[in-house]
Amino acid sequence: MTEVLFFIFAAVAVGGAVGVVMSRSPVASLLFTVATLASTAGIYVLLEAHFLAAVQIIVYAGAVMVLFLFVIMLLNLGHEYRRDIRGNVALIMGFAVTGGIGGLLARQVGSGSAGLETNLGAGDAIDAALREHGAVGAIAQPLFTDYVVPFELTGILLLVAIVGALVLAK
Amino acid sequence: MLAESLVLAGVIFVLGTLGVIVRRNVIIMFLCIELQLNAVNLTFVAFSRFVGIEGQLFVFFVMTVAAAEAAVGLAIIISIFRHYETVNVNHFNLLKW
Repeated sequence: MTEVLFFIFAAVAVGGAVGVVMSRSPVASLLFTVATLASTAGIYVLLEAHFLAAVQIIVYAGAVMVLFLFVIMLLNLGHEYRRDIRGNVALIMGFAVTGGIGGLLARQVGSGSAGLETNLGAGDAIDAALREHGAVGAIAQPLFTDYVVPFELTGILLLVAIVGALVLAK
Repeated sequence: MLAESLVLAGVIFVLGTLGVIVRRNVIIMFLCIELQLNAVNLTFVAFSRFVGIEGQLFVFFVMTVAAAEAAVGLAIIISIFRHYETVNVNHFNLLKW
């Protein structure tokens, strides 16, 4: 069951990613992105990261994508259907670069994937933490003890981003 | 399922890179950058199954940085659009030699 769900979500995610790159209208691209993000959230659930799945739907697919949609509507780009793929040289270069990256990734995963399935010690620890503290508590426990300084810095980063966005778009 | 997740993340990352290189609409390039961030998040979650819960914390931080990046980047796009009246990156050639 899990495997079948995983492959359904993976197919939707890859299809959405292809749609983002191929579709002409920015609004269609955005909706394909939402499909990819939502199916990635489904895969997070399958990997027992329930809190991150909820955050992915609420923050990413909800807030950030709506921000993109607002900008598309503000700039009135909803009915732009002209082809905006680059010329042949850049197209060949793009495929060469992405082929190189994909080849390296495939080689790495292919050579290292033999040992992946056997080494699952931390998975049991995560499952125990989930049973003990719940989906939110398992993340909050290390976040507010060991990683509290990065957490506060993240708050400062968000403040700086808000001020920067206001100053830039004024 | 871990190896499959890593393969899926690799495929999504490569597609995002292709989109950034190939498209000229700056908003779609930006969406493709979000795809790349999403692929990296998927890698973090997959690895957290056998390294520790720290991987999920990193995803949390990456999501925050992505939200901040989207806010600032879209503000920059709006202010560039006011000046050039287009979102095609071919017209943004002030820093080109």
